[in-house]
Amino acid sequence: MEKNKVNYLKRIAINIRKDSLNVLRLAGSGHIGGSLSAVEIMVYLYFYKMNVDPTDPYKNDRDIFILSKGHASIGYYCVLARKGFMAYDELKTYRKINSRLQGHPHIDDVPGIECSSGSLGQGLSFGIGIALGYKKKGFSSSVYVMVGDGELEEGQIWEALILQSYLKLDNLIIIIDNNKLQLDDFTENITGINNLKKKFESFDFNVFEIDGNDFESIDKAFSNLRNDKPNIIIANTVKGKGISFMENKIEWHSKKIDDEVYKKAVEELNSQGESLNE
Amino acid sequence: MNNIIAPRDMFGKTLLELGEINDNIFVINADVSKATKTEEFAKKFGDRYINVGISEQNMVGVAAGLARVGFISIMSTFASFAPGRCYDQIRQSIAYSNLNVKVASTHPGLAVGPDGAMHQCLDDVALMRELPNFIVLAPSDQIETKKAVIKAIEYNGPVYIRIGRMECPIYFKEDWDFEIGKAYILKDGSDVTLIAHGSMVHIIYEASDELEKEGISVRVIDMPSIKPIDTKVIIKAAMETRGIIVAEDHFIYGGLYSAVCEVTSNFSPCIVKAIGVQDIFGESGSPLELYKKYGLTKENVILKAKEILKS
Repeated sequence: MEKNKVNYLKRIAINIRKDSLNVLRLAGSGHIGGSLSAVEIMVYLYFYKMNVDPTDPYKNDRDIFILSKGHASIGYYCVLARKGFMAYDELKTYRKINSRLQGHPHIDDVPGIECSSGSLGQGLSFGIGIALGYKKKGFSSSVYVMVGDGELEEGQIWEALILQSYLKLDNLIIIIDNNKLQLDDFTENITGINNLKKKFESFDFNVFEIDGNDFESIDKAFSNLRNDKPNIIIANTVKGKGISFMENKIEWHSKKIDDEVYKKAVEELNSQGESLNE
Repeated sequence: MNNIIAPRDMFGKTLLELGEINDNIFVINADVSKATKTEEFAKKFGDRYINVGISEQNMVGVAAGLARVGFISIMSTFASFAPGRCYDQIRQSIAYSNLNVKVASTHPGLAVGPDGAMHQCLDDVALMRELPNFIVLAPSDQIETKKAVIKAIEYNGPVYIRIGRMECPIYFKEDWDFEIGKAYILKDGSDVTLIAHGSMVHIIYEASDELEKEGISVRVIDMPSIKPIDTKVIIKAAMETRGIIVAEDHFIYGGLYSAVCEVTSNFSPCIVKAIGVQDIFGESGSPLELYKKYGLTKENVILKAKEILKS
């Protein structure tokens, strides 16, 4: 991936983080940690990889992104807004009465929201349905499903993985946002769901393990997808990524921020932006 | 009961007929195609069929995803498993998403028989009735089942269809026009009203024959559309007869009995009595033995009708 392209995506990611913090500040609630871990993947998909057009959001040949970990809606909505699926100002309505931006995504509330999610474990099955439907209809578009690592504790995910390992739909790409924390604690202290690579390989997946907060690493995986086996990307990420005092902290799964914390976080992001210009 | 086929057989037969004329029908099965009668569709239209294995939660998502790209998804399993096992998936991926999925569930109620309480789903109507965007149908005879399946597929949105396993005498003619939201008066009468869905239609019909022999005028209503419900027919019955009995192979809580009470208490209060399974699970046995033990009998209907007339 070219350096200027990487820098372009990095700038967007910084802006998405700033947007997310602002939206959280205005809303007074929301899941920031798991939104921040997923920013690079979503930015890569929406601003580089996927065939989507906000001016024609329902076009038949569009690629589809499904945020199965629906609580990460802040980051998701910020990406959709920056991409042009809604007016930027609408982000202010997040979690407020009469808003299209529900606490957890509701399909089609804003064109571009392709799946209702928030009750965990369901997005992968939905993605299989779409990918299978695309195949049957002869479309060559792709379906990208993002699942949280904590979400892997839901049994339905493994039902869907069994089916995908059988169907081998090459137009379905699963991404695990492996930020290693869930609501109560570190994942390893709850169920210890680890050795993901081994687990997925035993399901006969083509497994990529990448730095999910690094665009070059992300691009390397997405550029090397195979069609002999189903693909799954374990994106090792940092929960709360980008804001030092939020990184890897359980309490930032879901916490409100005041103006002072917001200011501090934005300063950090600004300095990250400045370093890109050097 | 010559030439009578069970509703689930009619479901399979109807799917096969519709598959010929509608390329958009996609059938999703979770390893019970022989029991829910989707096997023939699978053989004939293998390209529009998938068996996801024993994974009902997954089945809901796959069905919803297929609907998202324009297919009319018909997912079929036993009522104990859908909605029973995957209520939350139905809630988020179908109802809240308002996707064009038909949840066609067989094996409802005590009529399941020897498989016992585990498979006798007595709570499906309650679970499905309160989900926004869903239409809930519980047809009785084979003709009504056929028409209900056709209408459900024509309708663009989520539909739950409760499909019986027991044969039911035929009350409807082939050329009859089934409408979602409509109840059907099988017999008009002025003393007491009997309302039922599914397998209990036959039982209230038989009860009405007995009551008529004693000079009691009975209105018999078949109510296949549980949601939306035919409020007009219920209010009319409440006003024109002395009371209503609702009979269903379902718990007395949350099903058609509750739905009818909601209408009467809101618009036209009257006595409404329930024939249904009380707050208790079923057990193994033959369907008829179970109906007798749990009070789903014409004798019980007659008794309750007389109670109403005495009051």
